[in-house]
Amino acid sequence: MGHNSDLTPPVIFGLGWLYLLLTVMNVWWTARIMRTDPHRDKEAAGWGMYAGLLLMATLAHLTGSSTPEHFHLRMPQIIQQAIDWCADPKIYFAGTTALFIAVVWLRKWFIQETVAWVLLNLSVLFLTLSMTDYDFRQIVGKPDNVPIVSMLFIVGFFTWLYFKRAVDNDERRAAGRPLFEQEKNEKILVWPDLVYTELICMVVCTVVLVVWALLLPAPLEEPASAVQTPNPSKAPWYFLGLQEMLVYFDPWMAGVVLPSMILVGLMAIPYIDFNKLGNGYYTFNERKFAILTFMFGFLPLWIGMIILGTFLRGPNWNFFGIYEPWDSHKLEVLNNVNLSEYFWLIWCGSKMPTAPAGSDQLTQTGYILTREWLGLVACFAYLAITPMILAATVFKKFFIKMGFIRFMVFSNLLLFMASLPIKMLLRWMFRLKYIVGIPEWFFNI
Amino acid sequence: MASVGDYIRGSQIWKSIFRHPAPVDRRNRIVVMLTNFFLHLHPVSIKQQGIALSYTWCMGGITFFLFLAETVTGVLLMFYYRPTLEHAFNDILALRDVTTLGIMREMHRWGAHAMVITVWLHMYRVFLTGSYKPPREFNWVVGVLLLVLTLLLSFTGYLLPWDQLAIWAITVGSNMARATPFLGHEGPGFQLLNIGGFDLITNGSDARFILLGGRFVGEMTLNRFYILHCVAIPLVVAILIAIHFWRIRKDGGISQPL
Repeated sequence: MGHNSDLTPPVIFGLGWLYLLLTVMNVWWTARIMRTDPHRDKEAAGWGMYAGLLLMATLAHLTGSSTPEHFHLRMPQIIQQAIDWCADPKIYFAGTTALFIAVVWLRKWFIQETVAWVLLNLSVLFLTLSMTDYDFRQIVGKPDNVPIVSMLFIVGFFTWLYFKRAVDNDERRAAGRPLFEQEKNEKILVWPDLVYTELICMVVCTVVLVVWALLLPAPLEEPASAVQTPNPSKAPWYFLGLQEMLVYFDPWMAGVVLPSMILVGLMAIPYIDFNKLGNGYYTFNERKFAILTFMFGFLPLWIGMIILGTFLRGPNWNFFGIYEPWDSHKLEVLNNVNLSEYFWLIWCGSKMPTAPAGSDQLTQTGYILTREWLGLVACFAYLAITPMILAATVFKKFFIKMGFIRFMVFSNLLLFMASLPIKMLLRWMFRLKYIVGIPEWFFNI
Repeated sequence: MASVGDYIRGSQIWKSIFRHPAPVDRRNRIVVMLTNFFLHLHPVSIKQQGIALSYTWCMGGITFFLFLAETVTGVLLMFYYRPTLEHAFNDILALRDVTTLGIMREMHRWGAHAMVITVWLHMYRVFLTGSYKPPREFNWVVGVLLLVLTLLLSFTGYLLPWDQLAIWAITVGSNMARATPFLGHEGPGFQLLNIGGFDLITNGSDARFILLGGRFVGEMTLNRFYILHCVAIPLVVAILIAIHFWRIRKDGGISQPL
């Protein structure tokens, strides 16, 4: 790609809209500070100047005075290279998990409005500058991917809102004051208060849907052809978390067992959670375990994996940085090893137990079970023994309150959820392919 | 103008439809909630914080609105679209290029994406406020079923444009069914289901075959997904939505601190 040759005037014009959005956001923010607190005039002046700079950028983009040849507001090459250099599923997963922990840990800092506003600005600026990159535009600009980008911001916003309300309520509880939900909570008539809220909401939703439909055409590719397989072939975006699991699990686990466990687990939540606190109001301190478990499942594992599958997986399901061209010849060395191979070949230094040719069904089964004994024992121990260890140690209180059956259901669901990160870590650290590998029976774990 | 409004509201036709005077005073604001078919879904009065947007996020309501919007746009699309290999793609092409109000397809597709997101956020909010706790446990279960059906609605609709995006996304998605334990012809344990040495589960009889109506994504798949998308799943969803709403009322309305 030559110097700026990918930046056509329509692209620059499109970027102008993003700068306009940023300008409007920050003009509103400046006005908000001035209106709410006259003593923060220096801060308001700072935001006003920033909004002024954004306005200049907007005008430069929208008026066409910024031509492709003389264009400077790009994402710096050094940052692009740095981001692409560390583009790797390990770093991605570690990063999203670290971000999740940081958000929970620093929740009191991050719920401050100024902090949230700076973060929002940084993320929109990052998006805007990244859009100057050709490869980034190719993947983020796909019509079906636009909702996913907006989902990132929406999920971020609501997580922020949750922590704001929860921290507020936790502080109220600590100070012995009534909860936010308990203050000014008189009964009011549904007509007009709720009925009109609903009406306005419907009107707003209709407008958003119509404008969105007018601006963004629905994708339509070539007519279906059973002989031309696109590379990569991706499932619909909301299933890309499941498709990503195929890297670490066989289809029967990633596509059938684990999704079923997710659904059963979700449905079981009300019958597992014995904590009576936190019913009908936002709180973190009163139900830390429940919130952390659910959030870990929803944010890094579900949403995080969808983002990974959508934006970072390219041809042959290889991992690509956000600025990296999708090269279908990119090679990733795959020499993963089964646990049974570790055991027999490396630790025991012998050969894999193989049934003599022409032996009967029973002998073959015996050999297969011998070959895979360690993995089978490990899986059995994981699902049957770990719960007992947990019940005797960290989850002692849970076990007493839940009783045996409920605790076994709870701990098994938890262990199934944990199996994904565990399998990922095993793959990355030991190149482990299957814990139990019986391709003869399509039974690989 | 006020007198025209009064005249209309005083007419026999108006009264026969709404049965009561306009909800402008306290008494009639109560009466309207009790006597209007659509409004009787709601209680007459409600806790102020229970309907605050910062509490509910409005995501359940928006999901329901999107379901209605999908129904309206979907019915309009059904007038044009023919689910056959011969016509499917060209009908979508025509919706894009020549059909008046072809924008219905855009609204339908973006509404579907939005619905998936709002239904997740609704679940997120209900979890974070602990609203699944007694006495609302079962309504949470109904909600999870509705979430799954929303995803299946979106998944079955994905095939209908019959372009490359559609068939390969469905191929990738439905390939999983091949590996279903016992019921998929590449799933663990399928060999156990055999009679006298004959496998009951083959690529012509397994879970994937039933889903697709064939060994690969073809015309029968299009037909099956069309019926699932337009008739079967929406019917189930409508029933579950009715139960979901009814249970909200029966379980004590929007959750609030005790």
